Amino acid sequence: MMLSTQTITMRFGGLTAVDQASLRVREGSITGLIGPNGAGKTTLFAVIAGFLQPTGGQVLWQGRDITGLKPHQRAQLGIARTFQIVQPFQGLNVLENITIGSYLRHPKTDEAIAKARAVAERVGLGRELEQQASSLTVAGRKRLELARALATEPKLLLLDEVLAGLNPSEIRDIIPVIRAIRDDGVTIFMIEHVMQAVMNLCEEVYVLAQGQMIAEGTPASVCNDPAVIEAYLGKGAATRIANLGGAHA
Amino acid sequence: MRINGYIPIILVTAALAVVPLVSSSNTLFNFMVMSLIITLAAQGWNILGGVAGQTSFGHALFFGVGCYTAAMLQFHFGVNAWVAFFLALLAGAAAGFILGFLSFRAGLRGSYFALITLAFAELMRILANASEWTGGAAGLLLKLDPGLANMQFESRASFLWLALAFVFVGLVISRAIAGSRFGAHLVAVRENEDAARALGVDVLSVKLKAISLSGAMTAAAGVLYVQNFLYIDANIGFGVWISVEALLAPLVGGRGLVLGPLIGTFTLHGLGELTKSFAGRIPGIDLMVFAVVLIGVVAFASGGVLGLLRRFAPRLARRIAV
Ligand SMILES: Nc1ncnc2c1ncn2[C@@H]1O[C@H](COP(=O)(O)OP(=O)(O)OP(=O)(O)O)[C@@H](O)[C@H]1O
Ligand SMILES: [Mg+2]
Repeated sequence: MMLSTQTITMRFGGLTAVDQASLRVREGSITGLIGPNGAGKTTLFAVIAGFLQPTGGQVLWQGRDITGLKPHQRAQLGIARTFQIVQPFQGLNVLENITIGSYLRHPKTDEAIAKARAVAERVGLGRELEQQASSLTVAGRKRLELARALATEPKLLLLDEVLAGLNPSEIRDIIPVIRAIRDDGVTIFMIEHVMQAVMNLCEEVYVLAQGQMIAEGTPASVCNDPAVIEAYLGKGAATRIANLGGAHA
Repeated sequence: MRINGYIPIILVTAALAVVPLVSSSNTLFNFMVMSLIITLAAQGWNILGGVAGQTSFGHALFFGVGCYTAAMLQFHFGVNAWVAFFLALLAGAAAGFILGFLSFRAGLRGSYFALITLAFAELMRILANASEWTGGAAGLLLKLDPGLANMQFESRASFLWLALAFVFVGLVISRAIAGSRFGAHLVAVRENEDAARALGVDVLSVKLKAISLSGAMTAAAGVLYVQNFLYIDANIGFGVWISVEALLAPLVGGRGLVLGPLIGTFTLHGLGELTKSFAGRIPGIDLMVFAVVLIGVVAFASGGVLGLLRRFAPRLARRIAV
């Protein structure tokens, strides 16, 4: 298993944001993480990437316990994350932003820049290289977030809602990009609210609700899981929907 | 891009180097030597405060460590001036590392870090003022013994060239960093620490390297000061004046830019001297000029002189790679 978490718990004072969450991400897969707002998805990502030290539990990378490693060490191992709230280097242009990422595997400036250009082209930022990060559109910033992470040449890419805030045509444009990244051998673990994308891309989906992992399986199966429907729509929703379906039949 | 980046540095240095050949004004030489010493101190500040974004209010700490290491080694132990110089560089780097280790590891940033640097500089000033080793309030006076081996010169021009050579090395180092991975990491840390971390940057290590290098450079300026005046006391070495100079010059010239400290220092002190020559010797008139320039920069030109150049002559700015 490429990545697994074992009973991760993350408490902030009295609030338990993640409660004994376990999951496994298979190498070469596109795995999804969904759940209602405030479920703890971003928190779990932060724990996986080393930005938060969990209150309990372990993060395993290819079977090895990496819970004690710093974020930059995990990036060096090949774990790259994007931020739900985009974190561009505001004062730098697009190419410079991406080059910070590509320097991780290419210490020489020329090579790092060449790599950054290639990545920019790949995610559709080829024409905005000279533009300041702060002047990009929402879609541009999301692409930049993706490009920088990709420039570190990760083995595992953690995408936190890279489609949020994009319009349907922008989403249609970027879905093939994500699939192509996986086809190049990068495992993808993505948090996503856009169900169309989850259905389209993911082979395996985990569902987090109030910090707890309540379901896992194929996108189709978790969508029909009563526990999942109730987590999103409230208690009793699953039976109501089932009754509705029965009435139509 | 490789060589081009160094051309403006070579041109500026050459222009300053010919001054002693076309003029023999002692006032001009003194002005230039002092400005070059401040430039070097400011170059040190710029690496940490400008490029890496860790604003320091206390670079007097490093300047003073440079001054006193050089002065005390020569005064007490008769160490050769050049050896003392290299040891002073090490002492400056060590002071930077220790200060960085204490503050960055504790996660101090922004104004908290700035205040800590100020506190350390003041602490050292008080200690240097009280200790016998440092000559106390009376300071230390070094023996006049001109000669290249002693890093002392009979002719003002020679000392000017020495100071210029130091500044040139500082410019080359700054330029090399600007085009390197380390430089990119410094900028990344300045712009967004979390994003830098996510991309594999060891933020603490980058900051420690920056502050050590910064400390060594500013300490080198301290050594130049001692070799020029052959005298040091606590209010000079660890005085607030040099903390202010080291910070002001890059802000005025162009924060984080290779030529920023040099252009800032010469702009500020040039204006200061001009005003003095017009307004006569009104005490503190040059400080008033500094204040006006600073307000101007803060209000209208946050990128400093080079920022203005970028705005109004982008082609030229690009060509001189600022
Ligand atoms: N640093 C923190 N300190 C305190 N509470 C936090 C912190 N980070 C997150 N939380 C809380 O933890 C809970 C989970 O937040 P998280 O951001 O992980 O949810 P999420 O599933 O990503 O939600 P969304 O879909 O809205 O992005 C929320 O109640 C949030 O307020
Ligand atoms: Mg979230």
